[in-house]
Amino acid sequence: MNRKLMAVVGLAGAAALVMTGCSTTPAEPDGPVTITYTNFISNDGNEANLAKIVDAFEAENPNIKVKVTTLPYGDYGTALQTDLAAGTVSDTFDVEFANYASYQANGVLAPLKVKNASAYRQSLLEAYSTGGTSYALPSSFSDVVLYYNKDLFDAAGVSYPTKDWTWADEKAAAEKLTDKKAGVWGDHQPVSFYEYYKALAQNGGEFLNADKTKVAFNTPAGIEAAHWLVDKSGTVMPTIADGQGTADFDTNLFKDGKLAMMHTGIWVFGAVADVPFNWDIAVEPGNTKQASAVFSNAIGVSATSKNIAAATKWAEFMTSSDTMVQTRLDSGWELPPISDEAKLATYLDKGAPANRKAVFDSLDGIALPPVVATGQSEMQDIMGEELVEAQAGRKTVEQALDSAETRINAVLAGG
Amino acid sequence: MSLSSAQTSLLDKAPQFRHTPPVRDSASRSRKIKYALTVLAFLLPSAIPLALFTLGPMVAAAWISLTKWNLLVPPQFVGFDNYSKLLSNPKTGEVFLHTVYYIAGYLPLVYVGGLVLALALNTALKGRSFLRGIYFLPVVTSWIVVALVWRWLLNPSTGIVNTVLSFFGVEGPGWWTDPAWAMPSIILASAWKDLGFVMVILLAGLQAISPELYDAAKVDGAGWWRRTISVTLPLLSPSTFFVLVISLINGFQVFDQVYAMTGGGPAGASQVVVQQIYDLTFRYGRAGEASALSWMLFIVVLAVTVIQIRGQKRWVNYG
Repeated sequence: MNRKLMAVVGLAGAAALVMTGCSTTPAEPDGPVTITYTNFISNDGNEANLAKIVDAFEAENPNIKVKVTTLPYGDYGTALQTDLAAGTVSDTFDVEFANYASYQANGVLAPLKVKNASAYRQSLLEAYSTGGTSYALPSSFSDVVLYYNKDLFDAAGVSYPTKDWTWADEKAAAEKLTDKKAGVWGDHQPVSFYEYYKALAQNGGEFLNADKTKVAFNTPAGIEAAHWLVDKSGTVMPTIADGQGTADFDTNLFKDGKLAMMHTGIWVFGAVADVPFNWDIAVEPGNTKQASAVFSNAIGVSATSKNIAAATKWAEFMTSSDTMVQTRLDSGWELPPISDEAKLATYLDKGAPANRKAVFDSLDGIALPPVVATGQSEMQDIMGEELVEAQAGRKTVEQALDSAETRINAVLAGG
Repeated sequence: MSLSSAQTSLLDKAPQFRHTPPVRDSASRSRKIKYALTVLAFLLPSAIPLALFTLGPMVAAAWISLTKWNLLVPPQFVGFDNYSKLLSNPKTGEVFLHTVYYIAGYLPLVYVGGLVLALALNTALKGRSFLRGIYFLPVVTSWIVVALVWRWLLNPSTGIVNTVLSFFGVEGPGWWTDPAWAMPSIILASAWKDLGFVMVILLAGLQAISPELYDAAKVDGAGWWRRTISVTLPLLSPSTFFVLVISLINGFQVFDQVYAMTGGGPAGASQVVVQQIYDLTFRYGRAGEASALSWMLFIVVLAVTVIQIRGQKRWVNYG
């Protein structure tokens, strides 16, 4: 009867393990070792690509075997949290940028001696460094662009988006392209934490203050950014009651030819590859400046690993080897985090969308998620929740931001 | 729903038999020890898991509730901080209120529905075994499956329920996308799923009522309604009591359907106690507060159950 309560209190046993956790210095064995790698990045379609990279690594390092565990993204955070608590975490595991600070601050990640630091795109390598030391290696990156249906633009006589577009251009086009009677919508942008910090950056605002103790978004620029997202709903974008906000809603609407523009990541290329109309992408328009959301993942080595050297070797191979670069480019599995642009050249002519250059142009102005060492998920949840309240019309944008400010500040203060 | 031995014993109010003779000499004492060991041997298969997976974690949770623990670094002792933090946080009252709202909606619905089904299927209806099986099917179905199906049925724009309503010119509500309707959606799905369980318990109670009592009532000129009120319901009260105790405990622990249908949303409108415990632990890394909340929930459930057991003398009729 108590099983639900037990799921939580069951963690208790894990407490004992942590408290008695051993702290012996890892010795490097000479013989063959097996290291473990838990990941979500290969889940749902890229398992074989990961296996290819593992095989190449094992061929090059006959003394090291890599045992892979793949989890769906939705369960990954909980599983990692539980494994860390129980002391059963893998030697190497995926780390998302938003959670890096918290894991680093809690001493979960081993400091890494990177053999070939120049192989990495420096901004990405630095994103996973603290005090000049790398605690994780970037494994890939991707960004968010503006997808558009060329046929709908042609039919409405609207010119295509360019990288010089601003919010005003996007809004004017979206209004012309929306034809509610035909079920055609001009634009789609999720009303979420992720879109908000980016819109804020596009409007010259900041999410957090300099020392990350309080939020800094409740300003005229922040209110305008929230309106930019919220006001689309019901005018140029379907409402929550229409199903907006549910999984894959925007991609499906786009694929049905009922959506002229959508803001989403380059990871959707594959899903819309076979649509029966012409489409392309452009850099996302900004308001006072261009800022694109860049997401990256990294691989960390557990601070409690018994084989830190072997694990680091694998992490480096998985994030910078030519095999990895080739495998990722061939399969369109996000982008390799490497510095050598020449190796990325083939990406530009891999087929639809034609304007793949926009993926790199977007990197000229980057909006990274605001990150705090404690309360990250709570901060994200509160922001998303309040924005949706405004979208649903249950609060005004101003009320929602006031409430978000109070609640997030309480979390940041340790409430 | 599974019944532990403690709960089934609520039903079993048969006279207590003394199996041990009074102690008089050493021979009977050794017999007594032997008897105790036999009893113990039979209890072990359920006592060991109980100690390992229920009592142990409960004690550990009591300790964790006195610490600050983010699951990543060793817990730090903070005394009763977590409890005072929870008591001063308006969110705590909110999640208990939502849980009580759930119980208040769910309990009458599932009891009355289960009673109607039990009364209907206790008659000489053709194909009643088949129907009993059909109504019990949701009980043994996974909550995740049921929740996803209900989410689909109650989809505001494409769901069957709103489509059917629109045929009658009724504009269906936003169900789980609307804060005002999120909890009713969960209550509806939950009552539907547990109807069969209540029906089975009440059916067993109905079949234990002696037909002679009905015959006697008929002779006295009692109609169907009179017989139901004066014979059926009073004699069904032990089963009713059992259903109430179990459903209340389950109601306080409601989680699966909330997790799968709304995740506590929108805007926290359907956030219940156990979902909050889950979020605090796994999403927010506040395992100490989560353990404290678990203990608060345990104390509330214990208090409510004790009150129910004390109060049963007033209305439960063991014939």
